[in-house]
Amino acid sequence: MALLEVQNVQIRGISACVPEKKIRTVDLDFFSNEDAEKFIQNTGITQRHISEGDSCASDLCLQAAEKILTELAWHKDDIDILIFVSQSSDYILPATSNLLQSRLGLSQDCFCLDVSLGCSGYIYGLSLVSNLLQNIKFNRALLLVGDTISTYTSKYDKSVYPLFGDAGTATAIEFDIQSNCNWTFDIGSDGTGSDAIKIKAGGSRFRTNKNSFDLKDININDPSQGKRSSVDLQLEGIDVFNFAIKKAPNSIFNILKYVSKRTDDIDYFFLHQANLFMNETIRKKLKVDKDKMPNSIQNFGNTNGASIPLTIVQSFNNLIQKNNLSVLLCGFGVGLSWGSVLLNLNKSLKTNMSYYHG
Amino acid sequence: MTREEFLKGFQEQFDDTDLSLINLETNFRELDEWSSMMALIIIAFIDENYSKTLSGEDFKNCTTIEDLFQLLSNK
Repeated sequence: MALLEVQNVQIRGISACVPEKKIRTVDLDFFSNEDAEKFIQNTGITQRHISEGDSCASDLCLQAAEKILTELAWHKDDIDILIFVSQSSDYILPATSNLLQSRLGLSQDCFCLDVSLGCSGYIYGLSLVSNLLQNIKFNRALLLVGDTISTYTSKYDKSVYPLFGDAGTATAIEFDIQSNCNWTFDIGSDGTGSDAIKIKAGGSRFRTNKNSFDLKDININDPSQGKRSSVDLQLEGIDVFNFAIKKAPNSIFNILKYVSKRTDDIDYFFLHQANLFMNETIRKKLKVDKDKMPNSIQNFGNTNGASIPLTIVQSFNNLIQKNNLSVLLCGFGVGLSWGSVLLNLNKSLKTNMSYYHG
Repeated sequence: MTREEFLKGFQEQFDDTDLSLINLETNFRELDEWSSMMALIIIAFIDENYSKTLSGEDFKNCTTIEDLFQLLSNK
């Protein structure tokens, strides 16, 4: 358990951008109608927006950033920090945050950093940005979180391909001494589970070679599970599930205990959107009503680190009207890694949803 | 936990399968309704009712419902 506390920061706006192209679960050719219906019932996923390789996470984040800067009327010269959280960078090197600084036209004094995290990445990103904003030099930050992980899945992997969608998000965060805000984080890591979600080849441990792209049976004893190559995402669903249904509630309870609050004191819980059944299992462990846990997985699938800000953007206008909403965000997954944060969302929060046309 | 209770609970996780097809000796992977998602549903059922965790590796080593029961009993 690692608890962090940060004061005097406020989220001013959140924007999300997804590729225009979408795939409906019922249209997947390896699913019968019954399979598709069952899959939708359990995972919640009816459709996903996917990039098909013609847009990068950076492109989606760039559009999201432009929209929210316009909405907030923030000048680009005033952005002091840009953090890009993704596991689908433009290049092995240079860092995508450097490219985004230039593409967005931000100042050369801007503090730019790439962070390699997936499903827990939004929380880690918030912890970094909010801590950096404590420095007198920094006032305003853009946290860009996005992935195009669907492009790293095998189309012949029946248990992985239907899950992932692509999205980019931008969160505008400001230091505000008057806000009296207090964010409390709980974050953690367990690398013993690193095989549970992995793309094996392409890094420096296993460089790609001419065999890296060969499609092989996922389970040699059961060819019906499909095929993937060593550059495709592998996912051990059972291990991820076991991890999530333990760590996510524990992490949330850690924070609540630390701040002496109960789940009833929290207006909304925003969980990483991996699988509706998984989130329902976590919700029951937390003993929280359904209407306090908004979901967006139905329309977007699992969008990795982008899923929490995307869900906030999708649901914000339908939430109860209050000057300050007390929300608990919790991300968990690849690493394995997890993070939760308790913070307030002000009524004045600007949100924006857009579609990327390429 | 008795065998009978475990089998009954296991059966209840299925919506579209004739319960007579699910007995202790059934190879659950051969059931039409079986999927990677069903595995998660079974894991959640075991977690909720028995507070025990079956890993992916544990699961791979089981073929029948009796195998799962034996594994759980030894945890």
